[in-house]
Amino acid sequence: MVAPAFTLMCLLLLGPLLGVIALSFTDYQLGSPQFSWIGLANYQDMFGDRVFWLSLRNTLTYVAIVVPAAVALGLAVALLIESGGSFRAWYRTIYFLPVMATLIAMSIVWEFMLHPQFGLINGLLHGIGFEGFSWLQDRRTALYALCVIGVWQALGFNMVLFLAGLVSIPRQLYDAAEIDGAHGAWARFRLVTWPMLGPTTVFVVVITGIRSFQVFDTVHVLTKGGPSKSSEVLIHTMYVEGFEFFRSGYGAALTVVFLVFVLLLTLVKSALANRGVHYV
Amino acid sequence: MAKIELNGIRKTFDQTAILKGIDLAIEDGEFIALIGPSGCGKSTLLRIIAGLEPQSSGEVRIDGVQVDGIRPSARNLAMVFQSYALYPHLTVFDNIAVPLRMRRHSALARMPLVGRLLPGRARTEHGIREDVERVAAQLELSALLKRKPGQLSGGQRQRVAVGRAIVRQPVGFLFDEPLSNLDAKLRVHMRAELAQLHRQLKATFVYVTHDQAEAMTMSSRIAVMIEGNIVQIGTPAEVYENPRDIRVAEFVGSPKINAMPGVIREDRGLEVLGRQLRLNTTAAAGRCTVCVRPERMELGHGPGAIAGIVTHLEHLGAEAFIHVKVDRIDLPLLARVSPDQQLPEIGSAIHLGFSANAVRIFDAAGKRIDVTAPARSERVREKALG
Repeated sequence: MVAPAFTLMCLLLLGPLLGVIALSFTDYQLGSPQFSWIGLANYQDMFGDRVFWLSLRNTLTYVAIVVPAAVALGLAVALLIESGGSFRAWYRTIYFLPVMATLIAMSIVWEFMLHPQFGLINGLLHGIGFEGFSWLQDRRTALYALCVIGVWQALGFNMVLFLAGLVSIPRQLYDAAEIDGAHGAWARFRLVTWPMLGPTTVFVVVITGIRSFQVFDTVHVLTKGGPSKSSEVLIHTMYVEGFEFFRSGYGAALTVVFLVFVLLLTLVKSALANRGVHYV
Repeated sequence: MAKIELNGIRKTFDQTAILKGIDLAIEDGEFIALIGPSGCGKSTLLRIIAGLEPQSSGEVRIDGVQVDGIRPSARNLAMVFQSYALYPHLTVFDNIAVPLRMRRHSALARMPLVGRLLPGRARTEHGIREDVERVAAQLELSALLKRKPGQLSGGQRQRVAVGRAIVRQPVGFLFDEPLSNLDAKLRVHMRAELAQLHRQLKATFVYVTHDQAEAMTMSSRIAVMIEGNIVQIGTPAEVYENPRDIRVAEFVGSPKINAMPGVIREDRGLEVLGRQLRLNTTAAAGRCTVCVRPERMELGHGPGAIAGIVTHLEHLGAEAFIHVKVDRIDLPLLARVSPDQQLPEIGSAIHLGFSANAVRIFDAAGKRIDVTAPARSERVREKALG
């Protein structure tokens, strides 16, 4: 039965996608009764716009920091929880909390924690004799502060995925490694854990990558892209252009750029999958 | 080449005793099979010998050296697992090379990139290549060295697992049900290959299985484990012919041995199903169980023969099993006969007998009771019944 699946795919995915692509070639403004085809003008605008390049660079920086950090830390926490004896379920729950909590609400908590005067972070820094910082109001640190929140949020999800991956590694492989002379945690990790987590890792990297590209909530709540566009990211630009300036056509063009990146990530994933990260 | 001795090995998991004091001396170069029903602790015992599991008490000695607390790899034993436990991301070559690389390269030389720069690494790697290729040739894996385990058949994976075990020339081999994932035909073939391998290597083999055919065909001795104890150790023929415990008698042999309720009388005579056996015993009077292997059951009339109804026939070509329902016994008695003779019809009445030397008698506790035929016997082959 191909027809129903195909119809649904057209209806839910391809249709809207084509709509967005078509929209990006128009000067349509949200609410206006007519529009005209303007060809590649939106794209020309976009490529000539400093804010676009800034927001693209910030997004890529964000991804480049959050993905490795959230994946590595997620793996580390999963390994620690798996090797530890008691309190496993307890730790799992704690680390998973940020994933279940609404990011908007959590952003407000972070706003308090990062507050220059009475925030917890600066309080701690003062306590050990360092000077505080206006984390979110300083153009040198705003993006990195958001990265930290991004890592904090993605960590729990990655941990759960890695835990599931760890559980499915056959015990006998560790026995075999022990018999073969793989002593110590590092040798076991190299010979068994890391290769066996290959498929999980590819999935986690791609998912974290896509979710990092989509960063919006924290930016919108905490910095609104500022100060002076230093934390402007693609989706936030898209939102501002589309829903604050009502330039839907231009917003659509930004969306297409965003989709290209997501598509690239997906292609990387399937390329890796074909290269034999999946073993059997 | 090693002698493996176990003294008073006990193992408890959360209050549950898995092993209840195992004493076993495995001779150098011996092929010993540990068999028993699932849950009897045989795999745990093997893991304790390997060092993968610490025993709760008791000691393991390999060549006279106590190895408790010594790492599995340092015990110089190799193990072949039921699931083969091959590294799925490594080629056949690399799988076989793992134990050599772990031993011959330093930790630094095993590092990616950096390791390649170390002096002497190439020479060691060359030696490893030679050894792996020699083993691969021996196991007819040479053509498969570049494949991944996922691209191999069950039998080939099994051979790779064996290759990984023999490549570093350990003093002993531990097999944990290595053939149970193979199909029946391949299992028979691998049985012959493993026996051949043992003759070739002359190393000590400890082989855990629940398949008695594997134990009977390959091993020089069988240790039957039941509920955490070794109940009997002996050659396959001894264990089959002379079980010292009714659980051994029932576990070894397929189809299962026939068990019939019997009585030891005050005058030391024996009765089965109310019929007198022409045997005496020195054991105390009481209930007992009279066991006879299916192939020792004889069809035919005679004084005292057991009457029953044929409920089922199994014709296997080379042999046939006749299931006979007898009053006062729940399970049907089985007779294993040659299919050359006329087989009775299902539902027909039949008589079963057996000769005196076919009878194995166990007391109420399941221990074997020795019996003697009365001296007045003059016939060459005294029939106990029928």
